[in-house]
Amino acid sequence: MKKNPAILSCEKVTVAFDGFKAVNEMDFHLEHGELRFLIGPNGAGKTTMLDVICGKVKPASGSILFQGDVDVSRKKEYQIAEMGIGRKFQAPSIFHRLTVWENLELAMSQNRSVFATLRAKLTSECKARIEHQLELIGLTHRKDTRAGGLSHGEKQWLEIGMMLMQDPKVLLLDEPVAGMTDKETEKTGELLTEITKERSVVVVEHDMEFVRAFATKVTVMHEGKLLKEGTMKEVQEDAVVAEVYLGQRRDLDVVSSTA
Amino acid sequence: MSKGFVTKVSYSIALLALALAPLFLSDFRLGLLSKFLALAILAIGLDLIWGYTGILSLGHGVFFGLGAYAMAMYLKMEASGGQLPDFMSWSGLEKLPWFWEPFKSPFFAIPAGILIPMLVAFILGIFTFRNRIRGVYFTILTQALVIIAVTLFIGQQQYTGGTNGITDFMTIFGLPYQAESTKIGLYFVTLIMLVLVILFSKWLINTRAGKVLRALNDAENRARFIGYDPSKYQLFIFCISAGLAGLAGMLFVLQVGIISPTMMGIVPSVEIVLWVALGGRGSIIGAAIGAVVVNAAKSGFSEAYPDGWLYFIGALFIIVVVFMPKGLVGLSQSIRAKFQGSVKDNEKESSNSVLREGHSSI
Repeated sequence: MKKNPAILSCEKVTVAFDGFKAVNEMDFHLEHGELRFLIGPNGAGKTTMLDVICGKVKPASGSILFQGDVDVSRKKEYQIAEMGIGRKFQAPSIFHRLTVWENLELAMSQNRSVFATLRAKLTSECKARIEHQLELIGLTHRKDTRAGGLSHGEKQWLEIGMMLMQDPKVLLLDEPVAGMTDKETEKTGELLTEITKERSVVVVEHDMEFVRAFATKVTVMHEGKLLKEGTMKEVQEDAVVAEVYLGQRRDLDVVSSTA
Repeated sequence: MSKGFVTKVSYSIALLALALAPLFLSDFRLGLLSKFLALAILAIGLDLIWGYTGILSLGHGVFFGLGAYAMAMYLKMEASGGQLPDFMSWSGLEKLPWFWEPFKSPFFAIPAGILIPMLVAFILGIFTFRNRIRGVYFTILTQALVIIAVTLFIGQQQYTGGTNGITDFMTIFGLPYQAESTKIGLYFVTLIMLVLVILFSKWLINTRAGKVLRALNDAENRARFIGYDPSKYQLFIFCISAGLAGLAGMLFVLQVGIISPTMMGIVPSVEIVLWVALGGRGSIIGAAIGAVVVNAAKSGFSEAYPDGWLYFIGALFIIVVVFMPKGLVGLSQSIRAKFQGSVKDNEKESSNSVLREGHSSI
């Protein structure tokens, strides 16, 4: 994977809700093929940061450059999605009444206008892509199940699979392993590592166990600002980081239980 | 026996029975049945937007009415031989209004009966869906549309016939209106239209666009983040739905021979929702059955108990809402599942209750 200039670079992004600055002049750069973890105490602005990138929230100031030249901060959500920034919310958000297969079929990157979908046929190429994706997220045996009947972990994987069907260049995940069993968490981690081979991923996470196991680079946010960026080890050893987490110098190990 | 086979057989039997109905039914009964079949088209139209897409419109009476008026205007022009219709001269009008002129031709009137409701739906829809007005707020706006339309049609008596509406037709496409052969012909036209509408709707919901519509019902925001523009799909289905309502209105006028503002008012608009709820929301055939059953029950009860029939209808609705949240279709499914001894858990999961609002927000 080429390590060329950032695929996503946020410069001095500020988001204000009624005067309160949820994100305050935050800088954030993401490289191609990177798996980045975004951590920080509650209310640090991590989720808001994802909201800004995917267009759910508009920044008061600052720019968000995608692939170096397109400023997405003024685009509409669906336009940003079409450009290749996929967002997964905390709770699994899938189409309950459709089957696993149908969920993936709709998520597939394609012409999404009404008249295109009216005429859309399931080509063998599409079929192969969906089958490949089912394989990757491990839901092949569940393809005809209605999504509403899946377990929590399976729903999360389905949603990640749906995002991958759109061939995003950047994937934004909000606490993907929350509520998962240890085994499911591990599988999710492996899935993320697999995904990062072809694209960049940003994960907001509270589960330090999970972060430590899979993170290469970590960004710590505090009160809407960038606090520290570096490897998990560097971050863990940083005095300021430990302080904002617990108000005293402690190992981040303790933090995982408060998450 | 596979489920598909049973369904095919029961559809064929139902279609055969309907095709042979003119042999068994009196003129009067056949007229009623025609009327019910026309209303079934209206119910299917509403089911597409409410049952599948999860948007409740209480304004379908207007679209139905617009279609009906378009047809009635043509029939009236035919009855008056191209001259000024009677009600206009009673209101002191001396010249035919310009917008009545094109309705002299069926080639204008018939497409207009579908396109005008679609246009009205398009205009209302583009302002609401684009601004993400949904749920209860959209429903209230459709009610407002009804009030505006009814007030307008009553107020402009010289153009619309006012409270009395438009009636006293003589011929239909040159054929005598009262003749038995005309009635039977109209019955078959209605039946064929209903079959076409059912086939069209089934096709529509099985296309990928249909899946998007169902997806919008489940999680609109999710669909938006995938890259679908929900407002375009909502606008599309709202227009289709309105067009079907207009078609139903045209067929209705041909059967009943009158259209008046009361038939497009608030009460009829709400009633349509109840037909769909009773038949089975989110089922094309269910909506059609609901329309026929409720209207048949209505005329049955009103003949047998002229004073108390409204109570029966009310009781029927309460029973459906409380005991059959998925309507008649849901009931038949659970009975079938009971016989086969297996209710799939994922079928249960997606309960499609009458009162459920399908809007999830993130």
